[in-house]
Amino acid sequence: MSELNKLTLTGARDLLRKKDVTSVELTEACLRATEDSMALNAFVHNTSEVALAQAAAADSRLAEGDAPSMCGLPIGIKDLFCTKGVLSQAASKILDGFRPEYESTISQKLFDGGAVMVGKLNMDEFAMGSSNETSVYGDVVNPWKVDKRNLTPGGSSGGSAAAVAADLCLAATGTDTGGSIRQPAAFTGIIGIKPTYGRCSRWGIVAFASSLDQAGPMTKSVRDAAIMLKAMCGHDPKDSTSADLAVPDFEACLTGNIKGKKIAIPKEYRMDGMPDEIEKLWAEGTAMLRDAGAEILDVSLPHTKYALPAYYVIAPAEASSNLARYDGVRFGRRASIAVGDGITEMYEKTRAEGFGAEVQRRIMIGTYVLSAGFYDAYYNRARRVRTLIKTDFDDVFATGVDAILTPATPSAAFSLGDMATMDPVQMYLNDVFTVTVNLAGLPGISIPAGLDSQGLPLGLQLIGKPWEEGDLLNTAYALEKSVGFIEKPKKWW
Amino acid sequence: MSIDTATAAKVAKLARIKVEDDALSALAEEFNMILGFIEQLNEVNVEGVEPMTSVTPQRLKRRADEITDGDQQPLVLSNAPDVREGFFAVPKVVE
Repeated sequence: MSELNKLTLTGARDLLRKKDVTSVELTEACLRATEDSMALNAFVHNTSEVALAQAAAADSRLAEGDAPSMCGLPIGIKDLFCTKGVLSQAASKILDGFRPEYESTISQKLFDGGAVMVGKLNMDEFAMGSSNETSVYGDVVNPWKVDKRNLTPGGSSGGSAAAVAADLCLAATGTDTGGSIRQPAAFTGIIGIKPTYGRCSRWGIVAFASSLDQAGPMTKSVRDAAIMLKAMCGHDPKDSTSADLAVPDFEACLTGNIKGKKIAIPKEYRMDGMPDEIEKLWAEGTAMLRDAGAEILDVSLPHTKYALPAYYVIAPAEASSNLARYDGVRFGRRASIAVGDGITEMYEKTRAEGFGAEVQRRIMIGTYVLSAGFYDAYYNRARRVRTLIKTDFDDVFATGVDAILTPATPSAAFSLGDMATMDPVQMYLNDVFTVTVNLAGLPGISIPAGLDSQGLPLGLQLIGKPWEEGDLLNTAYALEKSVGFIEKPKKWW
Repeated sequence: MSIDTATAAKVAKLARIKVEDDALSALAEEFNMILGFIEQLNEVNVEGVEPMTSVTPQRLKRRADEITDGDQQPLVLSNAPDVREGFFAVPKVVE
């Protein structure tokens, strides 16, 4: 069988269960595709030995009839996840050479379920970025191309998005603090879901902003997202914010029937200067859901405009605290110091050399908004605004709304380097439609919904009620069926 | 609110990130741009609104106060840049 790497999780699972293919064959196909894709720079740590051992073990389990859904399926793991004995550097120089002595809960759950790790995936440094240009490993290149230009795959889970879109692995883990799963998914024409805050354990994932960070799957179909999300979710005593709630069988929720569901269209997401193509995509998506039997309602989320500025107080504040641990003492890279330097000089040189420009910027902004005299004016005010943003959503859902439909991003993928001369705020605007969802702790999913006039994928976002990922996935499934997005990037790499 | 180079230097110091003197004015300018963006929050009426502490209204779980882990000195030290006689080693600390 040729091109096994092009399979979906669902397709591969079914072939494995029928014994038409082995996990080793699937894994070898992905490893070959990976070796052949250096131009994309998606994978940064090769774990082929681990992968082949895991695949052989999965084949034994499958032979014995012990075949959980993820058993034998080759996936990529974002570099933000600590993987035991395997380099885990959060794409930062400051974690150069870091090999954790422990396994993150999410990767452990996936491996316990039989999943195979093809390799570790590139990302923005410490997940701070929307274009995968802040990585110490260099830019990831989007497999989608226009003319000769190299495009961004989005960020921060840019390596995950590029790898899945280019069929280097069947699916990948991502993390999402302000849109880092959904924006790259939209830029590469794949599915990405950020579950409700608390669904996935954060233990062993390098922390960026703890009250916003959530892991989730990045996949080729909604059904794949349902399968992989189920394998990732569940209570973990090692993460005090992890929810002790039963995890439904998300795949069983996919009936495709959304008759009578109430879908809201928030007027504040119709931004000034929004490209016509995005407006059109959104209108078409709305019409498809209506045709599928959903009731469409216009709603207001009045504090939407303040989500990004609130985020750029809260996320840097939490980052400045979380990243205080990188001090060159317990792990990671220490700068060489001059004769006579004391411990403070060692800290300062280590952090100046080890962190990239964007990470330094956010740590210092965070330090400033938390500093004496500004804590109330910035940090507490932002947390109050966050309450208002969540209340906006609570009010809409209280009227019986099942999901909210918005564009996923304000544009299609842009060229690598395009933002280099812009001020940092221009880059932050990429997350304008996704960041509200993190602030409110809600589940959100990005679904490819069409191509723009250049032939690049565009995504729509569905936002669901807390803990209702099953219902959200079902609405996404209905939309996916109506859209019928089958385009793939032409192989040039 | 405008940040000058002295404030930028103070923030860099608090964050324990070495910033060379000739980079401070560019840093101050960046701070001003980002804080200018954040200033929009002043338009919002937050009178009587509680600052969010937890996005999901859940009570944090409690557990028995007992040791569940430990005795892993070699593992704890395995990624340290400088280890001597079972301890993390750092440059001289002089107050």
